[in-house]
Amino acid sequence: MAENGWEPRIVAFVCNWCTYSGMDLAGTSRMHYAPNVRVIKIPCTGRFDPLFLIKAFEKGADGVLVSGCHPGDCHYSEGNYNARRKFTLFRKLIAFAGIDLERVRFSWISAAEGGKWVEVINEFTRHIEGKGPFAEYREMIDE
Amino acid sequence: MSDRTAVIREIAAKWLEEGIVEAVLGWEAGTYGDRTSPVIIRSVEESERLVFNERCTNNLATYLLREPVRSMGSVAIVAKGCDVKSLIGLVQESQVPREKMKILAVTCEGVKDDQGRVPVKCAACDVNTPVYFDEIAGEKVESSPDNEARMKRVAEIEAMSNEERYRFWREQFDKCIRCYACREACPLCICARCIADKNQPQWVDTSAHPRGNFSWNLVRAFHLAGRCVECEACETACPADIPLMLLNRVMAREVAEAFSYEAGRDPESDPPLRTFNLDDDNSFIL
Repeated sequence: MAENGWEPRIVAFVCNWCTYSGMDLAGTSRMHYAPNVRVIKIPCTGRFDPLFLIKAFEKGADGVLVSGCHPGDCHYSEGNYNARRKFTLFRKLIAFAGIDLERVRFSWISAAEGGKWVEVINEFTRHIEGKGPFAEYREMIDE
Repeated sequence: MSDRTAVIREIAAKWLEEGIVEAVLGWEAGTYGDRTSPVIIRSVEESERLVFNERCTNNLATYLLREPVRSMGSVAIVAKGCDVKSLIGLVQESQVPREKMKILAVTCEGVKDDQGRVPVKCAACDVNTPVYFDEIAGEKVESSPDNEARMKRVAEIEAMSNEERYRFWREQFDKCIRCYACREACPLCICARCIADKNQPQWVDTSAHPRGNFSWNLVRAFHLAGRCVECEACETACPADIPLMLLNRVMAREVAEAFSYEAGRDPESDPPLRTFNLDDDNSFIL
């Protein structure tokens, strides 16, 4: 924990079929990972609306992760392919608006990749710890 | 009276007389100077009110999905090249049946705003002579699109640091009064119930406060990604002078680079966010 009591708040939007199960696997395998992550389950990354990301920042997130099935593994065949196109464009849009892209991560984590979940969360948490709170955004919404 | 005005009146009168269309959407002389305002013409006699000049800035396509035009039968619309692009978008997205719409295209050398300035879209225009129409008024006008002029301000913003960009947009969005003129003027903002009007749940704060202003303006731009035809109706309508087109142009460039797609070209093509490729960029995903 940082000196002033601040800890990174990470919001993870995970798909029901792969990443959620991967995360569950990490849990049932008794793996440890940073407790900074708040998980929100969505049916598929295709359900992910860029507004979710903005809302997460509005509600005080310091970092946002979106994670789902690997390409080719989508439960709905093509949800993650559609999601990938949305991510591609939305990343550019928020970068152009001056939001630090290092606060946003995307990953594909399968139901068998409990270890990868642990790695991604730990690494992302450390990274956000290094960057500090998302003060610019918080200042705007609290104004 | 310009030739184009005469041709527009003639074709409009003919279509109305033959009963091919129920109404003609066009421009008429405004109440001040050489300004124009949108008009719905329903009879042959009224068609004398139609005009075309360099002050025909409005994109009339936005009226197609609004009453009273929406529930009319067949409607004709007078459209510049940029407006035609938005009509292509509406046909492509099945918003307006092509057979219910007669396009009266008009060639255009570019429009001017109240101060006599030429908009960026006109400098970058490649459709001075529209290519998709039922009838066309005016002689062929050659295009010499200046892409550098189109992307100049975008490049300036991109040269800034993250913090500077963020400050820039904070200042811009702080001016937003949430009048939604951008949305109303846009021919492709087509949702009957906008996400910004829904409150269960409330995704976008409704007050003119930095919080909601940020999400509204980003969401507006994103909902037009791969669809915006750069007619500049939003920016022209904005009473707060927010450079909305910068966001739209960045999205258009990314769509062109990532998905080799340009909006407003082909009514038969799939919009880029309605389709995908197996080999789309995956490099930014862990």
